[in-house]
Amino acid sequence: MLSTQVAQLRQGVPAGLADADAVVAGFDDALVGGFARVGDEAATALAALADAVAGTPLRDRVAEAVGKVTAGSFSQEDLAALAGARLALLGAAHDALLGQFDAALGRERASWTAPVGVPAEGSAARGAARAWLHETAVAGWRGVDHELLSAAGAPVEAALAEPALRRLAVLLDGLAAELQASLPVAMMSQVPARRWADLWSRAVLLAQNWSVPGDESETITGRLLPLGVDLHEHGTTVQVQVHGVLEPADGQPARLVRTAVAAAKVETITGPAVWRLLQAHPNLLAALAQRRVLTVTDLPLHGGDLRWLDAQARAGEQADPFATARLLLAPAIAAATAPLDRHPTAIAEPVLLEGYTTRQDDDGLTVEWDDQQLPVAVDRLPAAGPLTPALVAASSCCLGLLRWDGGRWLVQPLAVRATVKRKPVEAHNGDWAEGVTDPKVAKVEAKAGDAVAVLRERAGRLLRR
Amino acid sequence: MTDADGSAWRRRSVLAVAPPARPRKLAKVPFVELADGRLQGVVSSGSDVERVYVSSLTASTHAYHCSTNNNRPCGGLRGAPCKHLEALAEEAVLQYGVDRVARYLRVDVADGVRSGSDLLARMDTRHEPTSAAVVFSRFLRHLAYLELPDSTTALPELHWFPATGAVR
Repeated sequence: MLSTQVAQLRQGVPAGLADADAVVAGFDDALVGGFARVGDEAATALAALADAVAGTPLRDRVAEAVGKVTAGSFSQEDLAALAGARLALLGAAHDALLGQFDAALGRERASWTAPVGVPAEGSAARGAARAWLHETAVAGWRGVDHELLSAAGAPVEAALAEPALRRLAVLLDGLAAELQASLPVAMMSQVPARRWADLWSRAVLLAQNWSVPGDESETITGRLLPLGVDLHEHGTTVQVQVHGVLEPADGQPARLVRTAVAAAKVETITGPAVWRLLQAHPNLLAALAQRRVLTVTDLPLHGGDLRWLDAQARAGEQADPFATARLLLAPAIAAATAPLDRHPTAIAEPVLLEGYTTRQDDDGLTVEWDDQQLPVAVDRLPAAGPLTPALVAASSCCLGLLRWDGGRWLVQPLAVRATVKRKPVEAHNGDWAEGVTDPKVAKVEAKAGDAVAVLRERAGRLLRR
Repeated sequence: MTDADGSAWRRRSVLAVAPPARPRKLAKVPFVELADGRLQGVVSSGSDVERVYVSSLTASTHAYHCSTNNNRPCGGLRGAPCKHLEALAEEAVLQYGVDRVARYLRVDVADGVRSGSDLLARMDTRHEPTSAAVVFSRFLRHLAYLELPDSTTALPELHWFPATGAVR
């Protein structure tokens, strides 16, 4: 990515973005106080949400829902309409931002062709989740208490028991744990209003009786050249998402894809230990740790998401991710995001940054060219990998994901080349996929003991009684 | 934090609201949590691998209890918190940091409060028997996470939950 591209990206703020952001912020503030009694300010904010979608097919449904919520007598369907309207605005923001990114970088993107979903049979788990989300909306974030959070246990457990509802389960569990850690919310000086409203409204939509086709229409065979690894983690889940370039065996143009594997965990298993939970995917872990190419056969592809089936993959020759980025990233065709998943937070575009300097000041770490800067998302550097803020600060070349949050573009490093003590160093997020390679960190890990083994032993003795 | 900063913070989607738990040795106290208005958890018996103690301390009243998972009272409770409760408090401080534990238990942390036993010493605790069943079933549910199958379908919501903590 060149400084001229960064300049184009930072200058061209999409029209209407600030207005959409303000409408969403108004809704988010209303949810802080809850819908038990909607005051004047909240009523104005809800009316603004209805106005914002007045030119869309959502108009009548949202206007009706806003009327009911403001009057204080509303159903779960009304909340779904509000969550849908909010999502529509943020989805439009996503499209505008991504369009701006594609224009700045000249990235070609295929349009969305896969089916969006179909109505599904009701499930008890979804019903329980909707009921809990309804109660939460009534209480508002300020009104959340121990009782409400204890009541989240049942829908989480029910959703975890249904593999098709893993997304809903993982989301609710993460939100409930975060609320739990924030009690009493009334004592918080600031409430993370956008974040919690994002999580709440996404959960409301995932709890609708709707299913996205699980079995993808397309399968693909070819060579997957990894670019980098994005790690996600909350108390009870870890996910490894690999971004890469897929070269189809049939000679079609290369595509930018990603593939994810996730495992359930507990909060005391964290840091490099999380890799041990993913040992069911040895070929993937080997390719990451050893920086190898993967040959994949008949893997289902849904948009840009390659479904990982480790038995249908084989780790092959060495492949330097920086070389992959330099040679194959620009011509690769990116995929569209699934319509219901569109949100600025979903933007995670692989980029290669070179020829920059770094600066650390009160506002954090930034990478800079002559007249252009990009802030670094240092809070997205995982303890499970070798990248640290210091290493990024010492770097001159970075493979990362471009993200949007809080009204600005940021770069999340996935790999860097740096100079430390006048020696060249290279580090990738996936370097420790087969075990920690840094002796200092390995020593700390060894001292803490094997959390996974201890808990499996306890589970073996106590669980099946 | 100025007002301008506050409103920018409120409009961010990705924030570390709850700092991740810190790793600790799990052999002695496999499970600690701040939940249901209590500091509660499970302590492995030092003498019998089949036995565990369930210990809890209520935030609002500072009432404590410790028993085996079969509700047999702990022999160490003699008018004061037993060694299992002490171990529980120590490990909670390791896992969550002293500030978060103190806030949850509504203890005013003055200078010099660093460990779990410091915290216990600041509280006017009293014994009140409670059933071990709730906490023990939460522990079993906790362990059950490790038995869940992996997912190979992307979980897009996890973009709100980046792995973090590289502060070495």
